[in-house]
Amino acid sequence: MTAHQSTDRRVVITGIGLTAPNGNNLTEFRQSLLQGKSGIRKVNVRYMGEVLAGLCDFDPLKYQKKKELRRGTRAGSIAIYCAREALADAKLDIGSIDRGRIGVYLGITEHGTVETENEIYEIKQYNYDIRYWSHHHNPRVVANNPAGEVTLNLGITGPHYTLGAACAGGNIGLIHGVQMLLLQEVDIALGGGVSESTGSFGIFAGFKNEGALAFHENPERACRPFDKDRNGVVVSEGGCIFVLERLSDALRRGAKIYGEVVGYAINSDATDFIFPNKERQVECMMLALKRAGISPGDIDIISTHGTGTVEGDAVECQAIKEVFGESPHACLNNTKSFIGHTMGAAGALELAGNLPSFEDHLVHPTINLDNLDPQCYLSNWVINKPRKVDKVDYILNNSFGMLGINSVVIVKRFAA
Amino acid sequence: MTRDQIKSVILEIIGQIIPDEDLSNLKGDIPIREQVELDSMDFLDIIMELRKRYGIEVPENDYPKLATLDGSVAYLEPLMKNL
Repeated sequence: MTAHQSTDRRVVITGIGLTAPNGNNLTEFRQSLLQGKSGIRKVNVRYMGEVLAGLCDFDPLKYQKKKELRRGTRAGSIAIYCAREALADAKLDIGSIDRGRIGVYLGITEHGTVETENEIYEIKQYNYDIRYWSHHHNPRVVANNPAGEVTLNLGITGPHYTLGAACAGGNIGLIHGVQMLLLQEVDIALGGGVSESTGSFGIFAGFKNEGALAFHENPERACRPFDKDRNGVVVSEGGCIFVLERLSDALRRGAKIYGEVVGYAINSDATDFIFPNKERQVECMMLALKRAGISPGDIDIISTHGTGTVEGDAVECQAIKEVFGESPHACLNNTKSFIGHTMGAAGALELAGNLPSFEDHLVHPTINLDNLDPQCYLSNWVINKPRKVDKVDYILNNSFGMLGINSVVIVKRFAA
Repeated sequence: MTRDQIKSVILEIIGQIIPDEDLSNLKGDIPIREQVELDSMDFLDIIMELRKRYGIEVPENDYPKLATLDGSVAYLEPLMKNL
């Protein structure tokens, strides 16, 4: 995965489609990140009442018929929107390429929770008579649903599935796409992640009863990773799908190249259901750096995972400190402070929002970081305002999840 | 309900299930599925809506009787006349 390898052993990003609570394409999203624009607001959730969340306002009818919307899931709609936008961005005409050589690999935190809750709510109105349980339930809740809806919408006949990887899902969807390209399983990989978790009261209630659901009188101030006053997660929906191609193919068709995926790693804590493990996070970052053939000092931006939980943020910072030192060369930022935790989409969205830095040399900030928690001290946080830097050659993107799944992706500015 | 009212109800339900389709020229004596995109899962939605709205239970063996609009009205008339 390094420059000395042949172009059919290198994988590049040639298209990006996304929807986030503060933008429905990369340009809008990037502008929001540079301008400090949050996407968090008050919403009403069944049984919960008013909670804080990030919702997306893309137009699902841009790429779907009303009937498809009625049949499918929110995650499916998000995935279709992102996939279509990504292919358009990559200037790939779906009608003129071999759809049997496209793979769809989407990371998810969970899927089916929303649909199951909805069905139980529905039959409750009929005294739990299961004759009122929808025949659409099973195709909606199968784990491959979001990726499968993409193939139905686009007529893609290559492989499709989701990768259940908790909140590391977005990174892992991308990593899996890279792996399938290197294995020559497909010629184009649509890799990334999606989440519809804001439709589930259970996700909110779970965080709340765990003491990890963020609250602030001003919704836009609620998600505050690494701040002393952080008090939990803001649940959001979203999606981000990358078009991934082997460099040889991208060069042949003259594609725009956002960056080259030069390193990645996935490992497991094997220690706890929810609490992170610093040593395993260190190992994960070190393995990604090793595979990229670079040292910590080569990284220019560290896109942190930090969700706003007391324990999780502190452990990540300690892990970063161990790998990069207390005063790293790399700038550090965090995207969740703007959009909340987009769960399965988080890793992909957080990477996407940083990729324009290769060209504009601006590092978007972390917002709501008013009083840096001493446990999270690192000297190079970019706080509240973007920072202009001389160059950005490497971005490292952390994404971790429950059950102790860690993932790291390293993307390099493309140089032929 | 009168036959016309039953027909309106059926068309309204179908319109809700396949909202992208134009139902204005639907012929009463030709199978609905030959005229518009309505698959077996959509058909089950019609059965479900009749159950939810009117408590009507259509046995699976009777599904073919609902193939056309006219057939549906004839089948449902005795079940809905007192609604």
